[in-house]
Amino acid sequence: MTITDTPTASTPTNRRLTTSKAMVEAIAQEMDRDPSVVYLGEDVGAYGGIFSSTTGLLDRFGPTRIIDTPISETAFIGLGIGAAVEGMRPIVELMFADFMGVCLDQIYNHMAKIHFESGGNVAVPMVLTCAVGGGYSDGAQHSQCLWGTFAHLPGMKVVVPSNPADAKGLMTAAIRDDSPVVYMFHKGVMGLPWMAKNARSIGDVPDGEHVVPIGRAAVARAGTDVTIVTVSLSVHHALDVAEKLSGEGIDAEVIDLRSLVPLDREAILASVAKTGRLVVVDEDYLSFGMSGEVVATVVEHDPTVLKAPVQRVAVPDVPIPYAHVLEYAVLPRPERIEAAVRRVVAG
Amino acid sequence: MSARDREVEHDTHLDLLSWLLRQMIRIRRFEEKCAELYSATKIRGFLHLCIGEEAVAVGVVGALDAHDAIVSTYREHGHALARGVPMESIMAEMFGRATGCSGGRGGSMHLFDASRRFYGGNAIVAGGLPVAVGLALADHLTGDKAVTACLFGDGAFAEGEFHESANLAALWHLPVLFCCENNRYAMGTALAREHAETDLTARAAAYGMVAWSVDGMDVLAVREATDRALAYVRSSGQPCFLELRTYRFRSHSMYDPDRYRDKAEIEHWKQSDPIPALASRLVSEGLMTAAEVEEWLAEIESEVATEIDEAVAVAEAAPLEPVEDLTRFVTTAAGDPVRRTS
Repeated sequence: MTITDTPTASTPTNRRLTTSKAMVEAIAQEMDRDPSVVYLGEDVGAYGGIFSSTTGLLDRFGPTRIIDTPISETAFIGLGIGAAVEGMRPIVELMFADFMGVCLDQIYNHMAKIHFESGGNVAVPMVLTCAVGGGYSDGAQHSQCLWGTFAHLPGMKVVVPSNPADAKGLMTAAIRDDSPVVYMFHKGVMGLPWMAKNARSIGDVPDGEHVVPIGRAAVARAGTDVTIVTVSLSVHHALDVAEKLSGEGIDAEVIDLRSLVPLDREAILASVAKTGRLVVVDEDYLSFGMSGEVVATVVEHDPTVLKAPVQRVAVPDVPIPYAHVLEYAVLPRPERIEAAVRRVVAG
Repeated sequence: MSARDREVEHDTHLDLLSWLLRQMIRIRRFEEKCAELYSATKIRGFLHLCIGEEAVAVGVVGALDAHDAIVSTYREHGHALARGVPMESIMAEMFGRATGCSGGRGGSMHLFDASRRFYGGNAIVAGGLPVAVGLALADHLTGDKAVTACLFGDGAFAEGEFHESANLAALWHLPVLFCCENNRYAMGTALAREHAETDLTARAAAYGMVAWSVDGMDVLAVREATDRALAYVRSSGQPCFLELRTYRFRSHSMYDPDRYRDKAEIEHWKQSDPIPALASRLVSEGLMTAAEVEEWLAEIESEVATEIDEAVAVAEAAPLEPVEDLTRFVTTAAGDPVRRTS
């Protein structure tokens, strides 16, 4: 399995795009293909999305399909739900995942539940996108990942691309899915000129149609000694750590989950069965979240595969601080990942 | 869509009055049976009855075209029955049966019937409002002429969801008919204790919407106001707000001891019971004699009783949804057809 292990209709090229451009390309292609796709959100039109999630789309598709909304997250997410029930495929942008606090009712009581509670009378084929993640001193209300919270609540799929090709492929899949899909993009992987440079935020992106199936993890780096299971920006940190440690004879395998719901448990189990050692890296909070779910997946299946106690590298259960030193102390930075890998290998 | 597409057409004024009266009686008797079945623990969960408010359900819902959409609340049995959702499928849902209109997954508060464009059954106060505006947005964008009627209470008017939704509907010229069932209490909190300004129509109008207040105990007044409002929404493409002043004769839900209302107030409002009021009108307008009305009411009562008995019998005999299918409809499975109630 590779990062782009999915069938594509076109010949792969060496065309390199930033993650944000790859995401926009998927949206534009789907809007061309399907007139029922519309995009709603705050400053998604003339502004182009504060994280460049819709750059150029207004000029191409006009204001009836790229729709600027007031700062009324509850209403415009609900509008997306109603429009989806009525047969459209809206993409609705919640500017920051942190803002779920003002509109969670529409997300988890309506978007995620009405298909179920109606016994299938209605379907909600919508995509809810949001920016996640810290690392740029944006404080406690603009730096969270919160994917564990979304993934905890049944009724919505959750995808978290880490690179340009997956950003395109997962967006295409999300738009085409008949269920609500929460699409969470890390500001640090978008390739934005005003964010810290991340070398892997620019990468090869297949031309034309590109679909990454929701619910399938990727082996971002194959290895034999230890499995690092992670997602989003932390994939890049894990890859950096793996490259560094390979020089010391530690061969780490990096699993990019890509989707949290559905979770590719088989990919986790297969890798840990091979390596016997597990590190989970999660930029979300430590307790009651993704890292615990990954560990439980292994120990519920067969705890005897583990040759050493598992290690979790996540945000300790504190809000994200502003000061750079404090913020970096809580984020799963490469140094913390490296230390965890060394511990589990020594164990 | 023209008025010809209305689900129930009435050739004459008498036909209309007859339909309104019959539907109000159906709803009243159905809910009385629900209360009985609830006491017998055949129906579980919360149960919110609209007894006393039937004129709103019948007057508003009956005025809609078949192609219009409805988004309702957890006090929605009357809306669903007036819409033509089969009583059998509603009762089966109350019993949690596989044949229920929501497959036993919804219950009293989550009645759905996509085939009749009845989109719940929402148990979060004001939660349905943004969804309703979204249905209207889709219709607006696709050039569909449908109107979405959204029913909600005076309690919902205190929620941010109402104010955000009203603003967007007015801002974007969306065909929404906001129907505020003002029964004067948000659960147990009286209107004047929840709103600094109790003139809800004036506040809705502040969003740039046409807003009218209507006597919600007078079914013909409700019907006429709704007809007028729908004509306005269809011709202008603008939303409209109706405040329907009504009263529930029973408690908020079956568990509510109703200590917050004066008994004399309840008795006062019962003098405006919409069912006998309409029956009297048949006589006062010279459409029937008192004796004819009495005979006809007995006939309706008998037919409704039979319909209810059959619905209960069918629900009791209906199969339960298999527990093995529990995870069905958590997400939309490929090839799983969207359910339709026939």
